[in-house]
Amino acid sequence: MNKSKEKFMAAVFFASALISILAVGLICVFLFVNGIPALFKIGTLEFLGGSQWSPMDQPAYYGILPMIVGSLYVTAGAIILGVPIGVLSSIFMAWICPPRLYKWIKPAVDLLAGIPSVVYGFFGIAIIVPLTGNSIVSASILLGIMILPTVISIAESALRATPRQYYEGALALGAGPYRSLFYVVLPAAKNGILAAVVLGIGRAIGETMAVIMVAGNQARMPVSLFKGVRTLTANIVIEMGYAADLHRGALIATGVVLFVFILIINISFSALVRKDRG
Amino acid sequence: MDCFTIDDLNLYYGGFHALKNINLEIEAGKITSFIGPSGCGKSSLLKTLNRMNDLVEDCRLTGSIELFGEDIYKDMDVNTLRKRVGMVFQKSNLFPMSIYDNIAFGPRTHGVKAKYALDEIVENSLRSAALWDEVKDRLKKPALALSGGQQQRLCIARALAISPEVLLMDEPTSALDPISTGKIEELVLTLKKDYSIIMVTHNMQQATRISDKTAFFLFGEVIEYNNTDRLFSLPQDKRTEDYITGRFG
Repeated sequence: MNKSKEKFMAAVFFASALISILAVGLICVFLFVNGIPALFKIGTLEFLGGSQWSPMDQPAYYGILPMIVGSLYVTAGAIILGVPIGVLSSIFMAWICPPRLYKWIKPAVDLLAGIPSVVYGFFGIAIIVPLTGNSIVSASILLGIMILPTVISIAESALRATPRQYYEGALALGAGPYRSLFYVVLPAAKNGILAAVVLGIGRAIGETMAVIMVAGNQARMPVSLFKGVRTLTANIVIEMGYAADLHRGALIATGVVLFVFILIINISFSALVRKDRG
Repeated sequence: MDCFTIDDLNLYYGGFHALKNINLEIEAGKITSFIGPSGCGKSSLLKTLNRMNDLVEDCRLTGSIELFGEDIYKDMDVNTLRKRVGMVFQKSNLFPMSIYDNIAFGPRTHGVKAKYALDEIVENSLRSAALWDEVKDRLKKPALALSGGQQQRLCIARALAISPEVLLMDEPTSALDPISTGKIEELVLTLKKDYSIIMVTHNMQQATRISDKTAFFLFGEVIEYNNTDRLFSLPQDKRTEDYITGRFG
């Protein structure tokens, strides 16, 4: 009786684990079954390389290059702003900050991760847009803030995993604390820090709601950092409500492109983590 | 001449009185060993000499320590002190970088930038640590790929690269096999002509083999300090005699 109970529980655990695999599998199938035919119908080159997106025109154009470039711009901006701040914060949290202060900083960073993106969007509309308009810069600033918790927590654990003896060894050679941190501890944690950056990229490229609220969303090749831009995610959300037929297929194909981006990012993340461990 | 003059030194970790009224004059150009059972304070004293104890929270000390007449806690910048007083730790603490970069880190820290100067320092330090022939073809390879004994000698080379006046060694061979230990002991003897060396050791044979002077520590006090051969052949204190004849510790 006990043995059959064990078997039953094992099956329950297995089934639970299967659900997430199943979900990923189904999403893949859905994306590719619905997106790939549209991709071929439009033509892969026209779709990925076309710089005009006007699905309502006659004839319609389905070029998502503006959105790919838009996503890359906004993500790059977020990384340029968010990574240095995030990495410096993590150095502070892991090595410098007294426990009394850490007690406050750590929950604050965690809270930052828990704020819904629509609330970030409101913040962006109220504080950032008045200064820099609906633009690439606004979206980058907002995303730069949004990726902070991801970057900080991963970089912090990488820094904490760095043996203290490296730090002490550097001090014993007459290096000051900051030199020791920047030239010995930080390089020793570089794979973990890179992993943090990669995950930050993943977060930035996938973010939708907050970006829509501050980016302007014009489907055209970016003209200036202070002009509007549309990202891949925004493209899907804005038009999905009324799209039909090939237009709908093109949006799902946009999702495929996004999915491939995320896949590349996750693979490089795992590669970095593996390199770090062995 | 004395390299270190320690006067009425008391050290506390929080409420724990780790070193009690230490008075020692450590001679320059000699090898001095600190012996004693675990927890007797010998490593603590070593770490006050280059102020690594500053990192320990709640660590407090009274009294004075002078390095060639300068008070290291009052008159001296701590980084300058650590440049003048190098340290080799119990376990190799090489950085996860190349052999070359490990050695060059110290000189670079202290302002040496020119490549030819760094090349020369790296080669000289490795030669002094009797490691040059073993690693000269793989200076750009990761230091952590070396064997345990080589790593420890590289730590010594790294400490030599900033041309210290004194070299502190905290049980440098306790993690090594007898052959590597022998090499390090030989090396320490050759380094004596250029550096004052202070070594903490658990190994009394090691103290007799290489050191000129020995201090015996017990419960945070220096019980006896004398020429090594005298301390081991004619201990003045009963407790020293008990320890070196293996009756406790």
